Amino acid sequence: MALPEDYLTYPHRSYGMDQTLYPWRPATERPKIAWPDGKTAAAMIVVPLEFHRLNPQGKPFKHPGAMQTTYPDLRHFTTRDYGNRVGVFRILDALKARGLKAVFPINAVLLERVRPLVEAILAGGHEMAAYGWEADCIHWSGLEQGVEAEWIGRTRDAFDRAGLKPRAWMSPARQQSFQTLALIADAGFDICLDWEQDTVPVPMQTDKGVVWAAPLSNELDDRTLLTVRLQTEDEWADQVLEAIRLHKAEADRFGGQVVGFTLTPYVSGLPFRMKTVRRVLDGLAQDDAVWTAGLSEIVEAARG
Amino acid sequence: MTVADPNLYDYWPYRDRPKIVWPGGKKLAFWVAPNIEFYEFDPAKNPGRAGWPKPAPDVVAYSQRDWGNRVGHWRLMELLDKYGLRGSVSLNVALCDHHPEIIEACVERNWEFFSHGIYNTRYSYGMDEAQERAIIDDAIRTVEKASGQRIRGYLAPALTHTERTLDLIAENDFWYTCDLFQDDQPQPVKTASGKLISLPYSLEVNDVITYGALGMSPARYTDILKRHFDQLLEEGEQSGTVMCIPLHAYLVSQPHRIGPFEEALKHVMGHADDVWFATGAEIAGYYRDHCWDQTQADIAAKGCATGGKGFGHGAA
Repeated sequence: MALPEDYLTYPHRSYGMDQTLYPWRPATERPKIAWPDGKTAAAMIVVPLEFHRLNPQGKPFKHPGAMQTTYPDLRHFTTRDYGNRVGVFRILDALKARGLKAVFPINAVLLERVRPLVEAILAGGHEMAAYGWEADCIHWSGLEQGVEAEWIGRTRDAFDRAGLKPRAWMSPARQQSFQTLALIADAGFDICLDWEQDTVPVPMQTDKGVVWAAPLSNELDDRTLLTVRLQTEDEWADQVLEAIRLHKAEADRFGGQVVGFTLTPYVSGLPFRMKTVRRVLDGLAQDDAVWTAGLSEIVEAARG
Repeated sequence: MTVADPNLYDYWPYRDRPKIVWPGGKKLAFWVAPNIEFYEFDPAKNPGRAGWPKPAPDVVAYSQRDWGNRVGHWRLMELLDKYGLRGSVSLNVALCDHHPEIIEACVERNWEFFSHGIYNTRYSYGMDEAQERAIIDDAIRTVEKASGQRIRGYLAPALTHTERTLDLIAENDFWYTCDLFQDDQPQPVKTASGKLISLPYSLEVNDVITYGALGMSPARYTDILKRHFDQLLEEGEQSGTVMCIPLHAYLVSQPHRIGPFEEALKHVMGHADDVWFATGAEIAGYYRDHCWDQTQADIAAKGCATGGKGFGHGAA
């Protein structure tokens, strides 16, 4: 039995993108961005704060870091919780010592649970972003009608109750449905950390307004490199710093670009990894050509 | 019914905590936990997990673990002797019946024992309360008979738990659990009775993870141990930290690994002035006597005390 006839029809086969969120634009035609104070490369540090429940549904797939063994998987619950209790404070201290700012996406369910941490992040002058309701609430196109809008509304309400007005959204596992961008735009978010179609912020047009894609590198994800691909701390650090070096070298031709990378607290905040984390942060802080900035600042600078 | 959050302990941010000053003014409490395990050749079946990843008999895995007891254990024990370190043994208590020579050698050295279940191939999943009480009672009696020691610590066999596990060990006057990995300092556990703390053990610097799960080279494991120690010692000056090196002789005592491991021990011993070398029960006992109350007060002062108990399902 053959595939249906329309399998060989291609309704979007024409110049440019196959969706209407943003146009095709090769790097060679991108207007050059000038970062503030003549900096030639921007660094965006993203510290994701996740709640991994003991009894996840894991639909449509398990969030990275989710429970792995038979219930009750206290081993993985507590190793993830370590990041929000201990590891993140090491990262905060290391940022503060170097005068660096980062963005902290946080699952809404954590806002009350880890209130002292939220206060420490705000006191450090960092930016907070909404990171969905919790790690096990993954946005995808198979959700029943209304569920995703309810999750996003509930998340925005929780931030309101916490006195926080984040502009930026990151989806759990950076997974979206076809509606996610419009729904978050409708909820007042105009920056999103899920898309990385360029190394500069890109405006995306939805029915409910513009959402800027702020590039966070999947290929530099610390959790993936260190705990899935089992690269060493120094291999991870060298790659982050190499990306910065390359962007500086390209600045004359391509203007300012962004290296967005994660410091996942339960991964990079472990004692034996902090020496290398400090090396990366030193590499950013001690380089006069590098602008390490908050997410909104980077988007605003790119918008010009 | 399952829960999203076990509520076994309260959120407690690692900043501005009351300082723990270990005996002698030391900054870091250091303990070594050799796991002395017995894996059965043909284990009884548990619906929650297979006895071996491959069909039994898994002769390579089984015999490697047997090697750990025949050869590896003695090599590791002599290395710890060389540095005057006493082990806190995570013990599959059936080992008292199978290999009493090992128990006697540990007793001679005044090592501590804590329970790691009956066998590492018998899991807690699916046990009812009576069965779980039986394995805890078995562990207490078996170790007492073999060594004269009353065990005070617990690490669930193969890290398999039920919702009752920590309540039951607390009720049986255990002082510490190694089953929780949320911190580098101890913390009271919210049990129905007793006075139980979570004692930092480790998966991250545990050889069964670094060698078994992550496939590290011996040099890399040594490097990680040194870095881990350096960071925790530096912080210990402010906070008072705990570092444990959990070991398995069938892994770390391999002839190509024990040498590099000794380099890590030498590094630790080079900072002996700042380190309290202790056993699990010594650290837990000190914490229960000197730090329990200040911790509870700080958690309350930071607005983090949520009440209830572990797996309380909302009940007060």
